[in-house]
Parts: sequence; C-alpha cells; structure tokens
Amino acid sequence: MRRIGIDVGGTNTDAVLLDGGRVVHAVKAPTTADVTVGILAALGRLTAHPEVTGRIDTIVIGTTHFINAVVQRRHLTPVAAVRIGLPASASLPPFCDWPQDLAELVRGRIFMLEGGHDYDGRPIMPFDEAGMRAAAREIRDRGLTSVGVASIFSPLDPSHEERAGEILTQEFPGAAVTLSHRLGRIGLLERENATLLNAALAGLARDTIAGFRDAVAASGIDAPLYITQNDGTVMSAETAIALPVMSFASGATNSMRGAAFLSGIAEAMVVDVGGTSTDIGQLRHGFPREANSIVEIGQVRTLFRMPDLFSLGLGGGSIVTAAPLAVGPRSVGYRLIEDALVFGGKTLTATDAAVATGIVEIGDRLLGVVPPDLAKAVLAAAWGKIEDAVDRMKTEAGAVKLIAVGGGAFLVPDDLAGVSEVIRVPHGDCANAIGAATAQISGETDQVYRDLSRANAIVAAETQAIARAAEAGADPATIAVIEVEDMPLAYLPGNALRVRVRVAGEMADRRAQ
Amino acid sequence: MTAVPITLDDIESLAVGAWILGTGGGGSPYLGLLNMRRLYAEGHRVELISPFDLADDDHVAIVSNMGAPLVGQERLSDSRNIARAVQMQEEFGSWKFRAVMSLEIGGNNSIQPLMAAAHLGLPVVDADTMGRAYPEAQMTSVAVGDLEPYPCALYDPRGIEAIVTKVPTWKWMERVSRKICTEMGSIASTCKAPRTGREVKEWGIHFTTSKAIGIGRRVREAQRLHADPIAAVLDEAQGKILFRGKIVDVARRTTEGFLRGTTRVEGLDEDRGANLELAFQNEWVVAWRDGTPIAMSPDLICVLDTISGNAFGTETIRYGMRVTVIALPAPAMFLTPKGLENVGPRAFGYDLDFRSVFDVPVGPR
Repeated sequence: MRRIGIDVGGTNTDAVLLDGGRVVHAVKAPTTADVTVGILAALGRLTAHPEVTGRIDTIVIGTTHFINAVVQRRHLTPVAAVRIGLPASASLPPFCDWPQDLAELVRGRIFMLEGGHDYDGRPIMPFDEAGMRAAAREIRDRGLTSVGVASIFSPLDPSHEERAGEILTQEFPGAAVTLSHRLGRIGLLERENATLLNAALAGLARDTIAGFRDAVAASGIDAPLYITQNDGTVMSAETAIALPVMSFASGATNSMRGAAFLSGIAEAMVVDVGGTSTDIGQLRHGFPREANSIVEIGQVRTLFRMPDLFSLGLGGGSIVTAAPLAVGPRSVGYRLIEDALVFGGKTLTATDAAVATGIVEIGDRLLGVVPPDLAKAVLAAAWGKIEDAVDRMKTEAGAVKLIAVGGGAFLVPDDLAGVSEVIRVPHGDCANAIGAATAQISGETDQVYRDLSRANAIVAAETQAIARAAEAGADPATIAVIEVEDMPLAYLPGNALRVRVRVAGEMADRRAQ
Repeated sequence: MTAVPITLDDIESLAVGAWILGTGGGGSPYLGLLNMRRLYAEGHRVELISPFDLADDDHVAIVSNMGAPLVGQERLSDSRNIARAVQMQEEFGSWKFRAVMSLEIGGNNSIQPLMAAAHLGLPVVDADTMGRAYPEAQMTSVAVGDLEPYPCALYDPRGIEAIVTKVPTWKWMERVSRKICTEMGSIASTCKAPRTGREVKEWGIHFTTSKAIGIGRRVREAQRLHADPIAAVLDEAQGKILFRGKIVDVARRTTEGFLRGTTRVEGLDEDRGANLELAFQNEWVVAWRDGTPIAMSPDLICVLDTISGNAFGTETIRYGMRVTVIALPAPAMFLTPKGLENVGPRAFGYDLDFRSVFDVPVGPR
C-alpha cells in the first residue's frame, strides 16, 4: 500500500508518502487562499523526490477548512430549515439555541410541518406533503440554495425526511439538501444543529472538494481521493461534499494519530504546535481520548464525538508584543514566511525568538535580530503556557510521556513539570498528514430494537455497521468493532434496546479487486 | 405574601443544580431552560413563593413530564403542553389553582412548573415531593403521607387528553397512568393529584427550588473562576465526597419497564486501586466500595463530571468519563420507617438496612 496523506492547515499544506509503515518522504508548502495551488505545490515537491515513483493507491486529505469557516463565520451559505414533527416540539424551532451572530448569517427561512415519528415507529402525524411542496417552491423563489431537513426520530424511521428530499428535488432541482438522519444520533436539537451547520457549508464544501480534486488531477496522480473525518477514519470525496461537518475535528485527530504512528507509542499526551494554535490531547490505545460531554462548535451544541483537546492561541506564527510581554493569541498565520523577521518581514513572532536563541534554524537568523533577554522571555512565556495546558489535560498524578509534533514543536522544551520524557519523532512536523495517510474506513449504526435479545440486537447492529463500512471501502477482512453501546429505553415496552455500533477497517486496495 | 421574582440567571442556575439533584435521572434540564429563555424574551416572568405563604385551602397544581427521557430528546419540552395539563385539572375539578409546584426537583421536571406558571400567570411554590428524582409515582412525600393519589391529567399535543379519575393506591396510579403515557408515545405532560396548601405545608419537601438554584449558582461561579465546582457543591449542599475515578463499565438492562443496571468506576488520585460499583433504576440507588455498601437511597448519590461539576445521567454515562461521586443528605421525610418502605434500598430490591452517609438517626416523624 502506497498512500499519500495531505493536511491542509491554516498555515501549511503538508504532504507525505507512506509505503506500508515507512515514511518515504514528507514536504511542506504554504496554504494558499485557493487551496488548489497549495496542494499542487506540496504534491509537486513530494513527487520531485527520486523515491516517489510508481503506483499510488490512495490520496487522503485532512482539512480544518470547514470548522474554521464556522468558527470565523466566513463562507457560510444561508439555509432553509425544514422541521418535520408538528404538533410536537413546536416551541423550540430550528436555530433556537444558536448564538445570534451565527444564526443571523445562516437562518434563511424556517418551515415547520406536521409529520415525524414516535419511538415505536408510529407516525406522530401523517407527513404534510402539500406543505412540503409549498415550502420547496418558496425556498426556490427566495433564492435559497441549501436546505436542512430534520424529522422527529428520523434515525429510527427516515421515511419523512426522504420524502421531503424527493419533493425538494422535484420542485427545485439543484438545491443542496442535508437530511438529518444521515448525521446519525438521537437528540433532535443537536442532530438538527449539525444538519443546519452542514447545510451552511454546502457551497464551501463543493468548492473546496472540487479544489482538492482539481489539484489531484493536475498533479497527474491517478488514485482515489478520500477526506478524513473526526474519528480518524475517512470518507469518500462525494460524501465529504454532502457531509462536510463530519470532517470538523479531523485536523486534531490526524495529528494525534500521526504522533502515535510515528512514535509507536499508544498511551501518551500529545502536544501539536502549529502556526497559530497549540492543541493538547491524550492518546489511549493509539486513538485520541474523546471529550467528556456535549461538544459545541462555533458555540452551537452538536452530538459529534470529538477528541478532548485543550487549545491555546500559541504557535510558531504567534505575534510577540514586548511591553507588556505577550505571545499570541494573534498570529501571522500563513503569512509567516513573509511577515516574520527571519523571512525579512517586520513582525516579531515566536519563531523569531526561537531562532534568536538558537533552538531552531528557520529562515535567516541575521535578519531576525531579537534582543537575547526578550527572546528568552518569549520562550519562557511559551513554555509556561504549554506546561499549564499539559497539566490541565492530565488525568493521572504521575509523570507522563509527551509527544511533541507540529511545525512549531520547537517551542516545546525538553524539560516540563509532570512530564517524564518529551518525545520528538522524525517527520513530527507532518504528523497531521501522516495521520491522514493512515486513516481507516468506518461504518456506524444507531437504532432501537424491540423484542430481540440483547445479544441478537447487537449482532444485528454489528452486521449493519460492517456492511456500511465495506460499502464505504473498508477491507472486510480487517473490519473490527471499535465501539458498542447498548441502552435499554426506560419505561418503554417490548424490551426496547437502543444499540449503537461503530466499526472500522483498513482501506481496501480497490485496484487489487 | 412575599413573592420573589425568579431571574433568567436563576433559571440557568436551576438547570445546573436540578441536574445534580436528579441523581442520574429526570433528564437534562437544557430543553426546559431553552423554553424559559424564549418565554422570558417574550416578556413572561415567574415568581417564587414560600410553601408557608399558602392558605390551608389553596389549591396547588403538581406538575411533571412523564415518560422516557430518551423520547424527550426528540419530542422536545413545549411549555404550552404542561400549561394545558394544569388547565385540564381546573376544568375537571371545581378548584382554581393558587400556584404551581414541581413533582420532582431533579432534572428537567424542576423547570416544568416554571413553564406552566409563565403561561398561566401563577407563582411557583418553592418545594417539591421528592427533593431529587425518583422513577415511580409512589416514591413521593405525598405518597408517604398517604394523600389521595387521584385525579391525574395527561396531555399530548395531538389533542389527546386523559384524566385518571380514581384509583385505590399510588401504585395503581403508576400502572394506569404509565399505560396511557406509553400510548401517547412514552411522553406526556401531566398534572398530578392537586394538593391543598395545608398538604403542601405538611407533606411537601420545602425550599428545594431555591436549593437547586443555590447549588447551580455555586457550580457556575466556580466554573467561571476556574475554582473546584465539586467543592462548591459539597459546601453548598452539605455533601460528602464518595469516590473519584473513571467509568470502566456500564451494564444496562430493562426489567419491568425501567432502566436498571450497574456502573463500575475505577479509582483515580486518592482512590487509586479501589473500585466503586453503582446500581441504578433510572436514578443511582446504591454504591458499593470494593463490595461494601457505602451509600444508598434515600441519600442522594450524584455522579458529576470531575472537571466541570455538571451531572451525568444514567442514560448518557459512558466508558472513559472521569467522574466524582458524591452523596447529599436525604430529605427528612424519607428517613421514617414509612418513608424508607417507599424509597429505601428494599423498595428497589436490595436487601440492605438503610445506613446514611451522614449518620442521621432513622425514626418516626
């Protein structure tokens, strides 16, 4: 298996070639406003290496583009929200718990219709198809191009959402439609929020993934393209266009998975220092430990399982002010190679301080004249922040191993309180891209079973999840169950049992088939 | 009579505090909180009155949402539904309600009376009938007091209205109303048997709304100041820490229509090397440390997020969560022989003599 992994970050676009378990070559190029150019540059540098020849099996791209768009409120499409379930849940309409600034950008129009299901599969009300048809026409006439549809208990019975999708397509061909059951979990508001965020990203996802495809095509590499998602597994480019929210946390996940891969250590803390921010998390069995509670994205509650991270506004591009001394959270970002002193720019950054003290060689040291006392003070401030953050994320009293990765890992000192050893690995600055290259393919199911024994219900759920993973491109021989959660439903008759199963396996070598 | 305005900030605190007092059950109060944010934005306001401000012959509406918490995550709390259940009782009986009160202060049901009160222009009584959350109709202070269990009004927004007009016992009320609730989709807005002011003063568990607000306020303050929110709960509610650790196993099963099971916590920090096992029936019922029972109902057993201090429910707890298990003192109402018969460990099928974490005497009221 020869795979290329690419990480499109806010600052750098990294690319690596992996041959089985070996890193053949790793390169960096600056991220560009048009992602295609940065990816092409990175692929060009990668393929220029003499060992990078012959067949490539897959290209996997990880990106923080979509979550950044939500956090920074940029490139979002106004959305028509369709809620199916009246007369239930009427007092809490779509967007009811969104922060006002984001709601104003995304809330195009709200339609609430009769329909939806009860837990036992009975319709709450017959689906109001005439109402849906009228809504579809109004959506089209108002010029809204993206629609999010959420029906009550659609993870158990998606038929009303599916019918709504058909009507929308009939009345308004070309509308981007997100149906909430494709995003999974029970919990109407959180599932609907994810649906609406996804619908808001429809335009950006289409353009960005098209840019990825253009870049891959222009590079001359003929290999299927995958995009990484939150849990360290991949989805197809088509799925990523339809479900961009599934890639929200993939940047952090990829760097932690890459750190585990490169170090061969499955249990450790990981610090990933980028250009703008530092993420600290914990590896358990080679996967990131997940957050304890409900995750908010851009202050919107969702049901995504996300790595438990502590993020700091500290990175190689952090802007330094001297009096009073401050390092970050503002950063020069991808303009580091223009704006930083060592690159001939005029902005004093954390990188300039590190170069001045001699802990790293980047750019031209002679350009970046930083008074030694100030350089030391900047590094001391950065170390203090990292030390505090590592301590906050620790769950055990003893000293832990810390794997330092990312382009700004030189800001992590070798000696930190509560850390037994700081581990640095070759290619650690490209850990995200390596994590992307080693990502797996998953399948999930989440359903309520009635009048089945617990064992039989779990088997039924596993069978469905495995089929979904295989359909998504996992090698059936390698598919393993990574999570089983079963929950009898209190007060419900018929021994109702909710079973959620998630499986993952290695990417199948499609050309071998 | 003094009525104290409840601010929206109080309700934000109530949502946090009531989830802790829910002892794992009662459902997350988040959806009730969202309804109240909307009602307050529309100009509604709610006031809190002391149970001792009620006249003996006042009528008080006892409200709660009934059903499966999971269904409540899809069919979301709607403030108008609970208000309609209260109106049904007034239409059925010959009384006008003076105020609204919570059946259980634990979880989302702490906010139901506020929603009804906002629509109906009535005050909320600072009391409930559990001091926490419990799974069954006979597990209340008014059932311990042998007060009349009927009538009970159940409402579904499709326009389905039912009243259980007469039953011989609280257990019959549990069975019959549960069947109706199940047909409605395992969720119903209910207004239980009305209580007189005298009954509330004699058998209500008093000042639990303000207690929940107080706990929530302290937790939120600690979160804001990056102080220890669990220490704040212990201080505010005179609690004791039982165990600190990580969830390593959750086994759930359905028997007789309830969520029962066990959760195992592996010790961290000072409890490293020890194990805590928790049994639950919707709510946490008994805790054993390395095989020895150390806490049991009616003492409140609360499982909190070690970092944020927020509560975890028995339906949402899962492997890997870092938790701190604490105990809070039981309402005195349940520490009598009759109280323990309804809510002590044997009421949940555990052949244990109740021993409180707090060394309080058990005796007649």
